[in-house]
Amino acid sequence: MSTELLSGVLGEDEAAGGPPVALIDLLDRLLNGGAVLTGDLVLSIADVDLVHINLRAVIRSVTGEEPAPW
Amino acid sequence: MTTPSHVPAGVPAAAGDELTYVYAVGRDGPALRAVAPRLAGADGGPVRVIGADGLGALVSTVPADAFGESGLATQLEDLARLEAIARAHHSVIDAAFGEAPPILPMRLATVYLDDARVGAVLTRRHVHFRELLDRLENHVELGVKVYADPRAVVGTASVAATGTPAGQTPGAGAGRAYLRQRRAQQRGGRAAHRAAAEVAGRVAEVAGGVAVSRAVHRPQQGQLATHSGVNVANEAYLVPVEHADRLRQGWHALAEDEPRVSVEVTGPWAPYSFTVSAEAPEGGGNP
Repeated sequence: MSTELLSGVLGEDEAAGGPPVALIDLLDRLLNGGAVLTGDLVLSIADVDLVHINLRAVIRSVTGEEPAPW
Repeated sequence: MTTPSHVPAGVPAAAGDELTYVYAVGRDGPALRAVAPRLAGADGGPVRVIGADGLGALVSTVPADAFGESGLATQLEDLARLEAIARAHHSVIDAAFGEAPPILPMRLATVYLDDARVGAVLTRRHVHFRELLDRLENHVELGVKVYADPRAVVGTASVAATGTPAGQTPGAGAGRAYLRQRRAQQRGGRAAHRAAAEVAGRVAEVAGGVAVSRAVHRPQQGQLATHSGVNVANEAYLVPVEHADRLRQGWHALAEDEPRVSVEVTGPWAPYSFTVSAEAPEGGGNP
């Protein structure tokens, strides 16, 4: 794959070895944004929203919200 | 309760073994047709174009056991799989956005039973999709996040609190020092949050007259949050591409002289946060 093509596909930052897109920014957009289509979808979007909530709960439970200061 | 281990995995789905995953919809044409064959889909398979009524959907064929209703739900609950699918989904959209804009990105996990059903959606919605693509043409999405960073002040308080004041027993001194430090932390935290809220309030102001649309995301927190500060605002703006750099600079300038606040700008993104109206006329529900 040529450098020119790579920069076209990845954007300047990634082609230059910069940080990849943060997963959390991606999930903001892919789970809350993006066009929602109807008709014969295998999974209803309501289920995806549920997944989102579950995932956040899991993530919070892993880290804990209040690290003890002492 | 035991689960029999000899039951074969991948019980055949009623509608067939394969499904069609949709990444984005654009205008069917040479640019879209050229970018598709170079891309890999959510399952690593080749991306292709389904065309109908002048529109093209970027799709790939995925196995029904992993991307059917239960398979998909299982995958999305697994953070590593979720990340793999999200990144694959994004890489298809990002490439198409770069080389064949305008592009209408689909939400994660937009999976149809077969190609014919995807074509039927394009046909049924083609007027609306076309309007949306026209509106998105020459526009990019920028993300902007504002963080409060209480540590910028706490640092000073910790130094002041390390010594035991003269004439006090070490125990009592340590207790008072701790309380002093705690109060200073709280004051610092409140001041940082106030300063961040003020900056956040000016984010939209700076974008005014340039951005054509605004979307508000939930503030980021938890394990996946990448910044050490507290995220107080997480917004996205749809911006004409020629104004994107200037707006980025304007947002960064907001917190230049404020050490307790930082501003992070992401993008340009495909217009993920500005596709909600794709179903509005038909669905009528809230976004």
